[in-house]
Amino acid sequence: MKLTRRDFMKVSGAATAGLALSGLGFDLSPVQAFTWELRTKDAKETPTICCYCGVGCGIICHTDKKTGKVIYTEGDADHPINGGSLCAKGASAYQIAQNDKRITKVLYRAPNSDKWQVKKWDWALKEIAKRVKGSRDKSFVTTNDKGQVVNRCNGIASVGSAALDNEECWIYQAMLRSLGLVYIEHQARI
Amino acid sequence: MTNHWIDLANSDCILIMGSNPAENHPISFRWIMKAKDKGATVIHVDPRFTRTSTKADIYASLRSGTDIAFLGGMIKYILENEKYFKEYVVNYTNASYIVGGKFDFKDGLFSGYNKEKNSYDASNWAFEMDETGLPKKDLTLQDARCVLQLLKAHYARYDLDTVSSITGTPKEDLMKVYEAYAATGVPDKAGTNLYAMGWTQHTVGVQNIRAMCIIQLLLGNMGIAGGGVNAMRGESNVQGSTDQGLLFHILPGYLPTASASVATLADYNKKFTPVTKDPLSANWWQNRPKYIVSFLKSMYGDAAKPENEFGYAWLPKTEDGKSYTWLDLFDAMYKKEFTGFFSWGQNPACSGANAGKTRAALANLDWMVVVNLFDNETASFWKGPGLNPKKVKTEVFFLPCSAFMEKEGSVANSGRWVQWRYKAQEPVGDSLPDGDIIVELFNEVRKLYKKPDKKSAFPDPILNLKWDYVTKSKFDPHLVAKSNNGFFTQDVTIQDKQYRKGDPVPAFAMLRDDGSTSCGNWIYCQSYNADGNNMARRDNKDDSGIGLYPKWAWAWPVNRRIIYNRASCDPTGKPWDPKRVVVEFVGEVKDGKWTSQKWKGDVPDGPWYPLRNPDGTAREDGKLPFIMRVDGRGAMFGPGMKDGPFPEHYEPMECPVEKNLLSPQFTNPVAAVYATERDAIKTCDPRFPFVGTSYRVTEHWQTGVLTRWLPWLIEAEPQLFVEMSEQLAQLKQIKSGELVIVESPRGMLEAVAIVTKRLRPFMVHGQEVHLVGMPYHYGWIWPKNGGDSANLLTPSAGDPNTRIPETKAFMVNVRKKGA
Repeated sequence: MKLTRRDFMKVSGAATAGLALSGLGFDLSPVQAFTWELRTKDAKETPTICCYCGVGCGIICHTDKKTGKVIYTEGDADHPINGGSLCAKGASAYQIAQNDKRITKVLYRAPNSDKWQVKKWDWALKEIAKRVKGSRDKSFVTTNDKGQVVNRCNGIASVGSAALDNEECWIYQAMLRSLGLVYIEHQARI
Repeated sequence: MTNHWIDLANSDCILIMGSNPAENHPISFRWIMKAKDKGATVIHVDPRFTRTSTKADIYASLRSGTDIAFLGGMIKYILENEKYFKEYVVNYTNASYIVGGKFDFKDGLFSGYNKEKNSYDASNWAFEMDETGLPKKDLTLQDARCVLQLLKAHYARYDLDTVSSITGTPKEDLMKVYEAYAATGVPDKAGTNLYAMGWTQHTVGVQNIRAMCIIQLLLGNMGIAGGGVNAMRGESNVQGSTDQGLLFHILPGYLPTASASVATLADYNKKFTPVTKDPLSANWWQNRPKYIVSFLKSMYGDAAKPENEFGYAWLPKTEDGKSYTWLDLFDAMYKKEFTGFFSWGQNPACSGANAGKTRAALANLDWMVVVNLFDNETASFWKGPGLNPKKVKTEVFFLPCSAFMEKEGSVANSGRWVQWRYKAQEPVGDSLPDGDIIVELFNEVRKLYKKPDKKSAFPDPILNLKWDYVTKSKFDPHLVAKSNNGFFTQDVTIQDKQYRKGDPVPAFAMLRDDGSTSCGNWIYCQSYNADGNNMARRDNKDDSGIGLYPKWAWAWPVNRRIIYNRASCDPTGKPWDPKRVVVEFVGEVKDGKWTSQKWKGDVPDGPWYPLRNPDGTAREDGKLPFIMRVDGRGAMFGPGMKDGPFPEHYEPMECPVEKNLLSPQFTNPVAAVYATERDAIKTCDPRFPFVGTSYRVTEHWQTGVLTRWLPWLIEAEPQLFVEMSEQLAQLKQIKSGELVIVESPRGMLEAVAIVTKRLRPFMVHGQEVHLVGMPYHYGWIWPKNGGDSANLLTPSAGDPNTRIPETKAFMVNVRKKGA
C-alpha cells in the first residue's frame, strides 16, 4: 500500500474519529497523541521550492497563523523529485525566514564615508533614479564610429540574478534593455 | 539538462564527470542510487575522491583541466572497437557528411587560424555541398572525408599511454571507464552524464561538453530515457534567469541580441533565421521572426507597430565582434568605463575569477546598487581588506530584498521544470520583493524622463516600455507570467478556431510575426494559458512508467520532459528500447504505410510523421529528430564553435607541464585573455608548483551569502580550508589543522590545512604532480576568521565561446604560515 503524505494525513485525521483500523490497519492513537503536541499543529502550510541549487526540491513552510511568521520548514513529501528529503542547506531554509542578521532597512554609504546610514525607500529610489539618468545621459551612444545606430548606454553595467523568480528576471531585463544597457550578465557566466 | 532529475533512475550507466552531485546536488543522488539499485554502473571521474566517488562502481582520478584527453581516448575506443550505435549514427547525426577540402588539422591547429586576429575563420570547416544545396553524404561511413572517418583520424593520437600521461589517470582505470560507458552503445542500453562547473570553468569548457555530446551521439544516448547531456545547475533559478535573457548575448527565449550591423528587423530576421533545403529537417528556428516580433510586442505593447518594426530600433545594439561577458565587464570596470553598476542578488567581489581585480574595479565606480538579503563583500567592499574607506569614492545603495518564501513566482530547475512557489510570510522589516523594487525604481526613472530635459538621451524606449505589472500597487507576478505565456493582441482565426483579443496563446505554434500575438518568452508559451497557471500544478501521479510526472508543474518547451525524444525511436517511429518508451508513433497503417499522424508518450519533438513507414519505405513528410539544428541531425562535427569543429586537448592557461603531449600547440590558441596588471598568468613558474582547483561543500552555497549567515550551516562548515595529499603535506611539512598560506600569481589566502587520502599525486609526463583544492564559499565579512574567497587566486582567462573563466585549473603554492 503506497501512501502519499496527504493520504496519510487524511487517514490519520480519520483516526481521531475512531476509524484508525479501517484506514491504515493499525492503531494510530499513540502517533496522534504525539502530533497534537507539535508546534506546527495550527500552522498554515505553504508549498515553495528551495532557493539553493538547481534540483528544485519542494519545501513546505509552516506559518503561525497568529504571528504570520514561518515557524518551521520541511521537505515536501508530495514532491516527485525530493519526496520529503532535503540536504543540509534546504533543511536550513527556516533560518532564512527567521534570521536577525538579515538586512531589513535601506542602507546608504556616501562617497568616502566609513559607515552605512539608514534611509527610506522613497529617498533611495529617487536618488538612484537620478544616478541612472545622469550616467545614462552622459554615456549614451546613438551611433557608433561607423555611423551605425546603436542606441546604447555604455556607462552602466549589471550583474544578477539567478536568485530572482522568472517573472522578476523578465522585468529586470526589460528595464535594463530599455535603459540601453548591453553589459548585462549574471551567475550563468561564471 | 536535455533530460531531468528523476530520469537518472532510468539509466544503465551514469558518468559523473566535472561534478560532485552527492555533495553539491545531494537530492539528485536519490535518483542515481535508484538507478544503481536496479543494476546501473555509476562512474565518477574527478581530481578528488569525494562522497560521489564513495558510491561509484568505478572511480578514476584525473588532473584538473585534462577532460578532453580523457574523453578523446573514449571516442577513439568507441570508434576503433566499433562500439557505436550505427543505425542511430547514420540516420540521426552528421557522421556521414563529407567535409569540404579546406578543412585540415595540423600541429594542434585547425585550418583557418589567424595568428594576428587570434581567431579562426570557420568558413574553412564547411561541408561539401551537392547540387541541391545539401551536404554530400556517405551513408556507408567509409569515405575518408566523412565526419566519422575524420573523427577517427582526429582521435587516433589519443592512445592510452598518451592520455594516461596527460591526465594522470592509471591506464587500467581509463579502460574500465571506456568499457563500461561504451557498453551503452546498443539500442536497449542507456548512458547518461552529469556535469557542472568542473567542465565549464576551463579555457576548453565548451569543448569538454562537446566531447561528451559526440560520445552521446555515437552511442545513441540522446533523446532516450536514462540518457542525454545533463548540466546540473547551481542556483534555483539560473536556468530561468538564462531563459529570461539576463546575459549580454541573448534576449528571452534564446533569441540573439542585435549588433550594430543588424540595423533593421528585416536584417535581424535575415541573419538569425536559418534556412535549409532539406525537406526532412523541421529547422525549428525558421520560426524566429514570430518569436522576436512577439517579444517586441511584449516589451513595447501598442507602441510596437509594423511601421516602426515593432520598436526594434529601441533595443540596444552591441558592437559587432565585441564581447560583453562577465570577464569583459569587470575588465571594463577596472578601466573606469562605467560610472554606475547594479549587483542584483549577486556577490561579484567573491564569485568571479580574479576577485582582487573585481574588488579594485568596484572602487572605480561613482555609484553602485546592491540588492541582497544579507551584507556581503560586494556591498561593503569599501571597508574590505587593504582599503581605506576615506579613499573610496563609490556611493553604495543597499536595497534589502525579501526572501523566496516572502513572495510568489516561478523558478526553473535544471530539468527545465518551471515550478510555482508561494508566499509564506510577509517580507521582513522594510525589505521588498525584487519585483517591487524593479517596478518602483523604473517608475522613478521614467518620471525623470517624462520631464522636458534637453540632456535626456533617447527617452523613447523608456517611455514606450510596457510596464503594467502591478495589482493594488504591488508587483503581480501573475501578470508577467501571463505576458510571458503570451496573448493575442487582436481577434485572430487560426485553423478555424477563433481567438479574441486578450486570450492567452495556447502554445508557441500559434505565435505570429505580424504583431497579432505578444509573448515575452516563446519557450514559456503554454505555461499560463486558458488551462490556468500550469507551473502551479501539483498532480504527482505518473502513468508514463519512466517518471515523467507530466502533470507536476510544467516544463519548457510545451511540457516536453525529454528533449529530442523522437531520437528514442528508430526511423519508423518504433522505440529503440521497448522497455523504456519515451515516445512511440502509433498512427494507423495501411499496406505497410502510415496513414494517420499520432504519437503517444512524452510530448514529442513535433507532430510530424517518422522518417519511414512500417515497411521501411522513406516518407517525404517525415522529420529528423534534432529539430533545433538547421539540418535536423546531431552535430559530431560542429562548425559553430570558435575553437574548432572537434574538441582538442590543450593545457590550461596555467599548468604544471611544459608541453602538450598531443600537439605543439600548448594552450587553446583562441582562449580569452586580458591584459591589465591584475591579469597575471604564470605557467610552469617554480614559485607556483601545484595545481589548484575550487569547489563547493554541501553546507554552503556559492559565495556563502545565503549560507554563511545561517547558524546551523556556518557551524557545520565554519572556515576556509585547503585539501592536500599526505605526500604533499609531507613534502611541505604541513599537518592537518595547521594554518597555511595558499598563493597564486594573483592573490593570497590563509586557510586551514586538511591532509587527506582523498587527494593523491598524479603521475603526469612521468613526474609526480600535486593538486590542492579549496571551497570558494567564504569572504572576509562573515564569519570572523572564516577566510576569504578562493577566487582571489583564480585567473581571469576564459573559454573562447562563452568566456566562462578558468577557475577549476590554475597554479598555486602552499606553505605553512610563517614558513
